[in-house]
Amino acid sequence: MPGTLTDDIEIIEAGHGGGGGGVPAGGDDGGDSGSGLPAIPRRAYFTAMQVGLAGIVMFFMALTSSFLVRKGLGTDWVAISLPPVLWFNSLVLLVSSATIQLAGRRLEAGDVPSFRYWWGLTIALGLLFLSGQVIAWRQLAAQGVFLSSNPDSSFFYLLTAAHGVHLAGGILALLYVAFRRWRRSRITQATAAALAGIYWHFMDGLWLFLLALLYLGR
Amino acid sequence: MVTHDSGGGGHQHHPPSGFIRKWIFSVDHKVIGLQYYFLALFSVFLGMGLSLLMRIHLVWPNAQLPSWLWPGGGQMTSEEYLALMTMHGSIMVFMVLTTAPQSGFGNYILPIQLGAADMAFPVLNMLSFWVTFVSLVVLGAAFFVAGGPPISGWTAYPPLSALGQIAGPGQGTGQTLWVIGVGIFCIAALLGALNFITTTLDLRTKGMTLSRMPLCVWAWLITAILGLLSFGVLLAACILLLLDRTAGTSFFIPGGLVLTDTPVTNHKGGSPLLWQHLFWFFGHPEVYIAILPGMGVASHILSTFARKPVFGYKAMVAAMSAIGFLGFMVWGHHMFMSGMSPYSAFAFSLMTMAIGVPSAIKTFNWLGTLWGGKIQFNTAMLFALGFVSLFVTGGLSGLFLAQPSIDLYMHDTYFVVAHFHLIMGVAAIFGIFAASYFWFPKMFGRMLNEGMGKIHFWFTFAGVYAIFMPMHFLGLAGHPRRYSDTTGVNYLVPLNEVHLFITIAALITITAQILFVINFIYSLKAGKKASENPWNATTLEWSIPSPPPFDNFGGQEPVVYRGAYEYGVPDAADDYIPQHLAPAKAGKAH
Amino acid sequence: MERKNAEAGSTAVACILALFLTVFTAVTVYYFVAITWFPPAITAFGALIDAQYHRTLIITGIVFVLAQLGLAWAVFRYRDQGQKVTYFEGHTGMEMVWTLATLVMFVGLGIYGERAWAEARFNEAAPGALQVEVTGMQFAWNFRYAGPDGQWGTIRPELISASTGNPVGLDPADANGRDDVVSPVMYVPVNREVEVLIRTQDVTHDFYVRELRLKQDAVPGLVIHLHFNATVPGEYEIACAELCGLGHQRMRSFLNVVPQEEYDRWMQEQLALLQP
Repeated sequence: MPGTLTDDIEIIEAGHGGGGGGVPAGGDDGGDSGSGLPAIPRRAYFTAMQVGLAGIVMFFMALTSSFLVRKGLGTDWVAISLPPVLWFNSLVLLVSSATIQLAGRRLEAGDVPSFRYWWGLTIALGLLFLSGQVIAWRQLAAQGVFLSSNPDSSFFYLLTAAHGVHLAGGILALLYVAFRRWRRSRITQATAAALAGIYWHFMDGLWLFLLALLYLGR
Repeated sequence: MVTHDSGGGGHQHHPPSGFIRKWIFSVDHKVIGLQYYFLALFSVFLGMGLSLLMRIHLVWPNAQLPSWLWPGGGQMTSEEYLALMTMHGSIMVFMVLTTAPQSGFGNYILPIQLGAADMAFPVLNMLSFWVTFVSLVVLGAAFFVAGGPPISGWTAYPPLSALGQIAGPGQGTGQTLWVIGVGIFCIAALLGALNFITTTLDLRTKGMTLSRMPLCVWAWLITAILGLLSFGVLLAACILLLLDRTAGTSFFIPGGLVLTDTPVTNHKGGSPLLWQHLFWFFGHPEVYIAILPGMGVASHILSTFARKPVFGYKAMVAAMSAIGFLGFMVWGHHMFMSGMSPYSAFAFSLMTMAIGVPSAIKTFNWLGTLWGGKIQFNTAMLFALGFVSLFVTGGLSGLFLAQPSIDLYMHDTYFVVAHFHLIMGVAAIFGIFAASYFWFPKMFGRMLNEGMGKIHFWFTFAGVYAIFMPMHFLGLAGHPRRYSDTTGVNYLVPLNEVHLFITIAALITITAQILFVINFIYSLKAGKKASENPWNATTLEWSIPSPPPFDNFGGQEPVVYRGAYEYGVPDAADDYIPQHLAPAKAGKAH
Repeated sequence: MERKNAEAGSTAVACILALFLTVFTAVTVYYFVAITWFPPAITAFGALIDAQYHRTLIITGIVFVLAQLGLAWAVFRYRDQGQKVTYFEGHTGMEMVWTLATLVMFVGLGIYGERAWAEARFNEAAPGALQVEVTGMQFAWNFRYAGPDGQWGTIRPELISASTGNPVGLDPADANGRDDVVSPVMYVPVNREVEVLIRTQDVTHDFYVRELRLKQDAVPGLVIHLHFNATVPGEYEIACAELCGLGHQRMRSFLNVVPQEEYDRWMQEQLALLQP
């Protein structure tokens, strides 16, 4: 709301009148980006990540509530036994959260070779997780439990597939962070790595939640 | 897609070169906004055409239609009517109402009003548009496949939508394309919402506090939040429906179904109500997504042309926020007769009546904005005033439907059709028209013809009331909706006269929209050249050339000194004080 | 300040708009008030619903008239005639007043209407109600009565064959079903509590009789119980009110509310038809 003239000047001088401060020489790269796009404040990327995760949460909440409703409804719910490899996969994912965190620290400390090592390890663990999920599917199929067999199995395949798709997206992001040429970007590799890290941790947490749902909700 | 500069230009933001980079795969929010706008314009004419065919069939169901009007000529069947209806609703809701007000005008105007050079993520923005385009193509493909488009309505209730071809014509490939097309649209909407929210929170220029943002920006922000939280749910629902249709799952399909003496053997245990809950959890916020930008634009334009601040700016923001928030808690009012618990129905009913309160606040405040003003009646203002009238009418009919006792009679009748068309189809469209007439000079550097604009307004305003008010009475008479004709139920026959009136009104009103198209095309080339600020308006878009340069503010960062609605300030040098005008030049500034 | 806009304050436009809004308001009020569009209710809760409808009509009508005429007045009175604007940004007192007033009116109206809804839906049918099973299918209604033994015969989906006279799938092996009457039209005695068991064989339909002020979706997988007591004899149309496919608009049957003797006669005729 309009204040007095002096209020206005104070606000501008204090520099926090706007959320933007879309200062031309901004971004977090010191201004020599050459990306051709106008620079934006670094925190905008973190806002975007939070916003994006909120959208993803709603998607999985819809699936979760469908799971609970469907379970409470019909008389045809047959609890499937979860393939044990899932526990191994979960461990893999947990370890990968640790490795990505480590990698991010290394990069901030300027230790690029170490960063590359731990980052690569994270990617490998991510791929290992996905392979493990496929193995879990194969094991279920071998027992004759398919997508349409019963509602519990439907949700199992659906939830693991949905999570897997999002995790695969995360792996692509990790590869992007690893291989992209950062000279022409609006952000630094460190920022991108931090963002990818947030996403990765979220995927990890989401997996634990889904596992709990599938296991306890059987 | 991303332009690279060839020299060591530092942070330089260079204009794109080449036709493809400039107009097809542009990352400029203004071009993207226009792309969305034209997609919506195409869709609205397609949707209107479909509805005209529907209206003709309702009055003359046995007519042999000529082949220039109806592909192949001959009589339209009831399933063809239902297919038209399904695509009309789907195209209008998704491709027009969710697109033009938010992604169209929002994309174009929001960054400029915030003083930014572009949206936060221009490449993502471009992707959002093209994914929307793909979804339209997939949806439109349903017209051309065997069996034609689906007949289950834009609401696609299972089992009708889940059982495939045996449930009816169009329920095979047509329905599958619908589900996939809508699913793709959800992804585009989520990407767009992300951009809007981030840009509004983090890219405001110096001095642009939240309380100095124009109300249309607030509307776009709240709409984006609604979209972010609701489209994911629709996406989940579409995936479940797709699996039921193609993978033998039974999320929505119970057992023991028999269609025309043929048992359905491979499904059991699912719940049709589960779809309804998921769909309407999305569907109710969706209708607020359709109307909120119109409210923001109406507030903005009313203030501008009454030459007075918006009455109760803070209350307006609070009301829009309340509408958005409450909008997530009322979805059950679409399901009063669905078999849901009557106690839940009552709870949803009270929440729904409560949503009437912030809507009423907005209406009072619009009147308060006009009160004591000095009103200028250009076409944009007329459409904004029309918006207020339509919002009142359409909103009040909701009070009947919000009560389950009355809904026992009115549910799934034409009363509902009247309600949502007035509040959504028409009021929101008036918001789009108001915005079009208001921002056309800025977007294209030319003025639209005022005379033609006014005629367009009068035909449309009188026309939409003539079309949709009588539908209330059809509903009161117990006329169910989604009926392809009145020949099956005796008590509908006396209502044929009303149908004829509506059809004639629709014919005239839709024809009158040609005035808008002619005005648009003509003015693009030959309209009077527009100055930077033809309306003497305060917000930042009026401080840059018409049309704006590719980087909006020429690489500079504008500074904002005051709120967005400083019109008619006593003792000021002029009857408006632009936001970016430094205090010394403004006389006594606020 | 000079007028910068040629459209400023045009009296002609202001008058036309104000006049249009006024005429529109008058015409709307007329058509809502002077014409009764719906048939009289034939149930007790129907009368409650009609009363609630009228209450709502009055309240929304008042708001409608005030808002539209207020808009018309503002448009006319405050058109640009070169006057100075009265600069104000809001008025907290007024905001509080009309917010509170609206809240009380709207939510109060909703709470008041709870009684009609409760009458229709919160309670179960009175004991001794006549039960009628209403089955929707693409695209017809079938009504089943349990017959003199008062027992429902088993129905099985796989036995459904409308084309050979077993539209609801009665199991011939079940003795209870031998006296079940299945009819394409519904008969009920007047002034008698009737409980309908609403179900469907294929997709979602909706059982709707306007004179009863009754409507309910028939949901696959569910059997939904409703009850009513019809007080006026007559033949009333049953229409389907949930989109169910290409025959949705012709899925029509009849509810015949008749004196008890006539109902008994009809039932005897139907039972006679069952004899092999």
